[in-house]
Amino acid sequence: MRHTINLFLMLVIFWLLNSGHNSALMLSLGAASIALVLYIAHRMDVVDHESQPVHLSLKLPGYFVWLLKNLVHANIAVVKHIWLGNGSISPTLTTVKASQKTNVGKVIYANSITITPGTVTVDLVDDRIIVHALLRKNIQALKTGEMDRRVSRLEN
Amino acid sequence: MEIVIEITSALCLLIGSFLCVSGGVGILRFPDFYTRIHAVGVTDTLGASMILVGLMLQSQESLVVAKLLLILLMTLFINPTATHALAKAAFHNGLMPLLSKRSATDKEP
Amino acid sequence: MLIAATLAILVVMILAIIRGVIGPTLYDRILAVNMFGTKTVLLISLLGFVMERPQFLDIAIVYALINFISVIGVLRYSDSFAFKQSTHEKESEEP
Repeated sequence: MRHTINLFLMLVIFWLLNSGHNSALMLSLGAASIALVLYIAHRMDVVDHESQPVHLSLKLPGYFVWLLKNLVHANIAVVKHIWLGNGSISPTLTTVKASQKTNVGKVIYANSITITPGTVTVDLVDDRIIVHALLRKNIQALKTGEMDRRVSRLEN
Repeated sequence: MEIVIEITSALCLLIGSFLCVSGGVGILRFPDFYTRIHAVGVTDTLGASMILVGLMLQSQESLVVAKLLLILLMTLFINPTATHALAKAAFHNGLMPLLSKRSATDKEP
Repeated sequence: MLIAATLAILVVMILAIIRGVIGPTLYDRILAVNMFGTKTVLLISLLGFVMERPQFLDIAIVYALINFISVIGVLRYSDSFAFKQSTHEKESEEP
């Protein structure tokens, strides 16, 4: 039920932002399309804690701020190596261990690795993540496990 | 006050443009597919964010700011998924990455 | 500044097109097309501000979604025979 209400609120906000009209006709059309989307989503059986992670919503903003800071540093490093040329990069492929218990936590960790420039998640098998990195330094930073710990703290 | 916002917005647009051009150079310059993904990552995260933040500072209506924020969130959520799908497809079909044991430039003629 | 940023995005789009045309493997081409699409979203938003028509932002949102779905749609067929064959052809061509 919680997840349905969350999805409903998201859809209401999305409709109001994108239409910008407040006439009765537009609002009733919006209500009709929201009802249709909710019906289809329930039929597809996708409304659960994975698609609507409401239990994370209090902790996520703090993590996003930390991720943004990380993102800026990674961007500067990659741009520096783009202009320095091919001689300065050291592409590496390794596996990193993910210590999260739930699937949602693992996906958050893998996507955080991918969104940081310089590291890309190639595959996720059980609790091992295959990572391709532009620099060997990036892998070492990943293996110290700060991001891993922060995502783990997120999920419980 | 307005001049400060104007200058900040111009600065954001300038940084964003520089990051995007860097990514464009990177996609031409890097030696193999997996390294090119990293160059695209730069333009998709900070490059796009900086340009959209610059536009947000210039807009007057709040609805426009909300829409720009929506585009920014979509870019940030969608692109890692597409990138990961691409890398996984390439890896599973047997495209091996060029690793640093060989010298990174010997593939280029 | 807006026009300079628009020109920069256009330059990036040209670079992405070049990679898409010469890109040795299929995946390079898909990557270039994906990048071209995200840059198109930025270009549409910037043009909306240059021409003072904020309605362009709606088109940018739709374009971002279509771009994502098209990339995922192409990759849906990545376990097909033609994809695998193209990867190995390129490998055997390497010196």
